[in-house]
Amino acid sequence: MVIDRFGSLADPPATFALTGVRVIDPSTNTDVVRDLVVADGVIRNGDAPSGIPRIDAAGLVAAPGLCDLHTHLRTPGDEGAETIASGTRAAAHGGFTTVCAMPNTDPPLDDALRVRGLLAEAAHAAARVRVVAAATRGRAGEQLTDHGALAAAGAIGFSDDGVAVAPAAVARQALAYLASLGLPLVEHAEEPDLAAGGLMRGGPTATRLGLGGWPASAELAIVERDLALAAETGGWIHFTHLATAAGLEPIRRARASGTRVTCDVTPHHLALTDAWVAGDRHFAWENGHDPEPGASAGLDPAFAYDGVCRVNPPLPTRDDAMALLAAVADGTVDAIATDHAPHPPERKAVPFAEAAPGLIGLETALGIGLAAVAAGHLELSTLLAALSTRPAALIGEARSMAAGSNADLVVFDPQRSWRVERAALASRSANTPLVGMDLPGVVRLTVAAGRITYDAGLIGSE
Amino acid sequence: MTATWISTWTRRHLLDVDELSRAELEAVLDLGVELRGRRAARELPDSLRGLAVGLAFYEPSTRTRVSFELAARELGATVTDLSVAGSSVAKGESLIDTLRTLERTGVRMVVLRHAASGAPYLAARSLERAAILNAGDGTHAHPTQALLDALTLREALGSLEGARVVIVGDAAHSRVARSDLHALVRLGASVVLSGPPAWVNPFAGWPGVSVVTDLATALSGADAVVALRVQRERAAGSGVPSLGEYVSRWGLTAEKLERACPGAWLMHPGPANEGVEIAAELSTDPRSLIGRQVENGVPIRMAVLSLLAVEMDRW
Repeated sequence: MVIDRFGSLADPPATFALTGVRVIDPSTNTDVVRDLVVADGVIRNGDAPSGIPRIDAAGLVAAPGLCDLHTHLRTPGDEGAETIASGTRAAAHGGFTTVCAMPNTDPPLDDALRVRGLLAEAAHAAARVRVVAAATRGRAGEQLTDHGALAAAGAIGFSDDGVAVAPAAVARQALAYLASLGLPLVEHAEEPDLAAGGLMRGGPTATRLGLGGWPASAELAIVERDLALAAETGGWIHFTHLATAAGLEPIRRARASGTRVTCDVTPHHLALTDAWVAGDRHFAWENGHDPEPGASAGLDPAFAYDGVCRVNPPLPTRDDAMALLAAVADGTVDAIATDHAPHPPERKAVPFAEAAPGLIGLETALGIGLAAVAAGHLELSTLLAALSTRPAALIGEARSMAAGSNADLVVFDPQRSWRVERAALASRSANTPLVGMDLPGVVRLTVAAGRITYDAGLIGSE
Repeated sequence: MTATWISTWTRRHLLDVDELSRAELEAVLDLGVELRGRRAARELPDSLRGLAVGLAFYEPSTRTRVSFELAARELGATVTDLSVAGSSVAKGESLIDTLRTLERTGVRMVVLRHAASGAPYLAARSLERAAILNAGDGTHAHPTQALLDALTLREALGSLEGARVVIVGDAAHSRVARSDLHALVRLGASVVLSGPPAWVNPFAGWPGVSVVTDLATALSGADAVVALRVQRERAAGSGVPSLGEYVSRWGLTAEKLERACPGAWLMHPGPANEGVEIAAELSTDPRSLIGRQVENGVPIRMAVLSLLAVEMDRW
């Protein structure tokens, strides 16, 4: 029996050798089968020195450690849903070595002392924790937080996530000020008036279900606004969890004309669709039952209106999901970020309109991505770049599989699959509609900053 | 009772009519007709004897609640009214907790009305033994209203096959409209939706449904017209500039009805705002089926309760 063992960043550096592993490093376009030697936490050249554990890793893939730009650790204030310990274990279990904690906690991360406190607490975590600080005090959209002090405390971006920085003038101030620090405004693109009352993506499925629709224009309105503000101020705008096709074209255009714009999408917006709210359980690229409005059989009572599918921004239409996937493939989208949003069951086992929005993603991101690869919609190296090297570069972290690099990597078995079950998850919460489904790709080892943070019986023997 | 309907029914819950095949729909209507006759003759079966039925209305309702209660009692059930709306029963207690409590007291059928679309699906997933009858959920479905509308229209027209039915008003926020669409289309009718664009355009592309904003055009060739109740607070909000604008463009009057087929029928799920969605003079018009809709309420609910009770013995 394979024993899952979690480690922490405070553990001693790791030493081991994996023989015959397929090493993929998207940053150098490398994809070779070789031996991978890690000694004292550092990747070494050549043969494994004698006396260190040598593990036959044939058939496994080793890649740079995954980096999540958008994680809700629910700390402080909602530790029943997640803690730094449980959230970073979920990260390690999913192959992530870095998570960026979002500021919509209670109280919010709008104060340098609080940010320092969180980072200090995370020193023994199972993944590196970085902080996206609140862009405005109390995330109220009125007064900027002390961006400079927060950056000095370790903030790598600023966001009022959960909502957009709603007043345009405040968003403009933030972009202008942040330009002096070289850090991004991380925008949750949702125009509040247009999205008001929206419980899921507007369209035929929402109409069929009688649930308030959130129009695609709610995202586009903020994307267009912020691109104009970024162009004008010279600031860096990063759109997080983009969920519509409509926003992609203006981003491509703005980037071509020199605006500093980056963006991420979540795995669930690439693979799940609004049909999931009606009870469908097929990925966007599969042929599901595709509930024709007004036609066909009724909704599946086992899954229809499941509050676990309520997420913000809402699950996209199939066309939007496929457009987002294509935008990952062509590089328009810089990163896949999870928007890991844990909630306990009592916030989800309620009528759809009352369900807290959000679903967990750290442990399923790689699997969803590998499913897209298996279906032919992404190259494996593109997926790994979007999950590791590209987001890491955005926050100034190195990721390399070259000799001399600090070992920061994930080893997974692409041939095996696993069933998403509550007991299989390290997160304190299990709010994902993937529960009960099989995902490809089993993470066998995660090494963050030279330390083994997760080992599914690959190195250690129990 | 005739046995044909028993063989076509295999459902534990009634959550919406969209799950029902044409044969099942016809079976419910046929059984409704039969039970209506037996009720008039005071020869009702006691097919629900020994069954406890719970009424859980999380939203105020008069006619739906009363007709379910009568239907269940007259078929021999014990009825308990949770009277949730406006009371303290549900305060701090989740919907699931409340329904599970009902179930533990022995209630085997729960008639549920809830302001949240989809609440009956959550309830159906959460209960082990009890059947859920959706008595209206949010802006999603109102299956028994659609069944009684279908029965009323089937009897007035002889058949729904090939009939052209116009539904006027705020279909986007109407559970009656949604369920009517499913039932009428499946029974062979074509449905035309008319109203302010925001209220009808979302249905464009539904099979069997066409959207015609202009009421006069929509009414052309109509065999029947269903006026939906206008929620006054909505009229001045998202969909239409003002209530007056709505009345002038989409309020049904005898004059506008001239565009429909001669003898076209008029329906309304009630309660109607006279002078808003329909002119006062129309409620007493001989073409009005509004009274018959109400009369069909109890027998249709009897039919549904009976079918679920039969099925209950199988699981």
